[in-house]
Amino acid sequence: MIATKIIPNFSSPAHVDQVGIEERASRFTKRSIKNESKVNGLKLALNMIDLTTLEGKDTQGKVKQLCYKAQHLHDVYPGLPTVAAVCVYPSMVKTAKTALGNSGIKVASVATAFPSGQAPRDVKIRDTKYAVQNGADEVDMVISRGKFLEGEYNFVFDEIAAIKEACGNARLKVILETGELVTYDKVRKASDIAMYAGADFIKTSTGKISPAATMPVTLVMLEAIRDFYYKTGKKIAMKPAGGISKAKLALHYLVMLNEVLGEDWMNNEWFRFGASSLANDILMQLMKQKTGVYQSANYFSID
Amino acid sequence: MATKKSNTIKLKFDSARNLAPAPESKSAAKIDPQYELFINGKFEKPSGKKYFASINPATEEKLSMIAEANDADVNKAVKAARAAYENVWKKMPGAERAKYIYRIARMIQERAREFAIIETLDGGKPIRESRDFDVPTAANHFFYYAGWADKLEYAFPNRHTSPLGVAGQIIPWNFPLLMAAWKIAPALACGNTVVIKPAENTSLTALKLAEIIQEADLPAGVVNIITGAGATGAAIVNHPDVNKIAFTGSTEVGKIIQRAIAGTNKKATLELGGKAANIIFDDAPIDQAVEGVINGIFFNQGHVCCAGSRLYVQESVFKEVVRKLKDRLESLIVGDPMDKNTDIGAINSKEQLNIINNYIKIGQQEGAEMYQSSASLPKRGFYCRPTIFTNVAQSNRIAQEEIFGPVLAIQSFRTDDEVIEKANNTPYGLSAGVWTDKGSKIFNMTTKLRAGVVWANTFNKFDPTSPFGGYKESGYGREGGVHGLAAYVNIV
Repeated sequence: MIATKIIPNFSSPAHVDQVGIEERASRFTKRSIKNESKVNGLKLALNMIDLTTLEGKDTQGKVKQLCYKAQHLHDVYPGLPTVAAVCVYPSMVKTAKTALGNSGIKVASVATAFPSGQAPRDVKIRDTKYAVQNGADEVDMVISRGKFLEGEYNFVFDEIAAIKEACGNARLKVILETGELVTYDKVRKASDIAMYAGADFIKTSTGKISPAATMPVTLVMLEAIRDFYYKTGKKIAMKPAGGISKAKLALHYLVMLNEVLGEDWMNNEWFRFGASSLANDILMQLMKQKTGVYQSANYFSID
Repeated sequence: MATKKSNTIKLKFDSARNLAPAPESKSAAKIDPQYELFINGKFEKPSGKKYFASINPATEEKLSMIAEANDADVNKAVKAARAAYENVWKKMPGAERAKYIYRIARMIQERAREFAIIETLDGGKPIRESRDFDVPTAANHFFYYAGWADKLEYAFPNRHTSPLGVAGQIIPWNFPLLMAAWKIAPALACGNTVVIKPAENTSLTALKLAEIIQEADLPAGVVNIITGAGATGAAIVNHPDVNKIAFTGSTEVGKIIQRAIAGTNKKATLELGGKAANIIFDDAPIDQAVEGVINGIFFNQGHVCCAGSRLYVQESVFKEVVRKLKDRLESLIVGDPMDKNTDIGAINSKEQLNIINNYIKIGQQEGAEMYQSSASLPKRGFYCRPTIFTNVAQSNRIAQEEIFGPVLAIQSFRTDDEVIEKANNTPYGLSAGVWTDKGSKIFNMTTKLRAGVVWANTFNKFDPTSPFGGYKESGYGREGGVHGLAAYVNIV
């Protein structure tokens, strides 16, 4: 089944109050996460990372290195989890798939003319199919922000549904690119459209536009997921991406997740961080918790 | 199908409530074993030699012994205030008075952590609130009114102002330091001297403030801080040489004060009880409205005179709002006020806890449907689970009387006129809240709601520049802003 049977009304969206949502988001940052809660939270955050490289200059060698890091985050610290997935362009999917083998780490591929999405639908569908045929477990698509801002919600809905169909068994992440939608009301509306059209994940950003993920934007999307869950009984996963590079910020996100959607979402099936440099900061904090002192960044591999 | 299914859908928040302890350190604040009266710039033993204990409501442990002022002590304090007024303070140029008030503000900021810790230990409110709200807002009040001290002619253009004389001030236990700031700062800025009495449960931060006032070299007698219970307050109110009474507290005591000063020349401002209506329309930003309702009623355990204790929800969003409130209730952390993660701390006293529990019982007997968070409570200390009642009637006591605790009474409504009538159908009129995306509706509501403060799409926001005060039995006079100056001057 692609879209749910409940017909949503996108013309009368849920309202979001900017002052209120930002105030609520900042409240999560007041939580003081200590000791075992901190260590558990940091390990969980590591396990939720989609380790990402999305550069024009990416090489097979770099992707292989990243895949090795994904499986061996910091071998001097025994018992660490792996990341959730490695996220690459479609042309690198095969390389990543081979490198990750049967480690259990997923291969996620951006598709649909990432990051701008400025391509005809048939090209986007081919892009998606190419990624899936090469072994992508997950597809990160971008919505057509131009069409959305024009008010062509049906176009956006149909496009997501078409890509979902092209994904087959791969899980679909729908990138809203919230930095281009600007208002929280629009983020909420785009979230609703994506979920009703068949998204498995909703994701904030490509990482190519600033601002990328923020806590208030993520909160708007988490609340959309909660409302959708209560209406349909279907769980949708969330992926903030871009701009989350510090362990402390990742913990704030987890506090927010835990207090909005509860513990059922507190795993990497239902929540991911799209990040390239977050892992090393978390590793540094974990080593600090373990040894009592901070180590130099030179002790953590850059891949 | 979908509706049936959603009955079984439930979010789980146990792990969100069970974080590793993150306690603020008690040792960062110094509490003396015994406190005296602050009269004429010195700490003096009470002439009756009586002391009473101040306890920590979170643990029921004794914190300190507090002096009890009798009539003779009150008389001494008023005399000191009168002498300071006549000889020093009323003659001092505004700009000079301002320097002292600014100094007090800065010293509160410098010792903010100590104040926050003591406020939480003494009153039971979460350290997050004392740290982020009570103490900074108290400092802001001193800063704000310091700025007015030499600009009174601009506050009242083309009028001449003169100070009233000695102000007798009596403050409640819910925001001990903040209420002291609300009272002292405008009085000093306008050139009055002060005899102030904190509530007997929560004297400690006022006494810490006395230490600061002493260190700040404020001329002796300008601020006198005396402690004690109702009898001490009555002695201040009845003292013939007091020119003004400023009281924040219950409507019951407010009425007694008003009777006591009838026929005298004393001026008064009374800030009394409330039973605020928080109104959610169907076009409101629901999630933010729910958060506003939570902050409106559970802020400071509901010990807030302007707490949004009555919730009116438009019927088409009623179920959604109640469900979201219940979810939010589950993620609130109830417990040790000194833990930085605590959302709801201890009830201020055993007496207050009994009052709240009694109302919870009444609500159930009245046929309202109760829902409480499943949070477990500490074994010692005075705690109450956050509680909401649905199926409430306007005639229910829980919808009419001020509970002053974490208890919310929810009703639904259909039309704007209906909710205006219901919201105004109360002897109180301190505050109200309106939640809607429509600006015109906000203005319609704010002109028709009979309440001193009406918040739109927010709740419990306080700022020194903004006046605060009530209609009807919520009292009269305004505190804060330019309006707050008017309560401390004669205007010719």
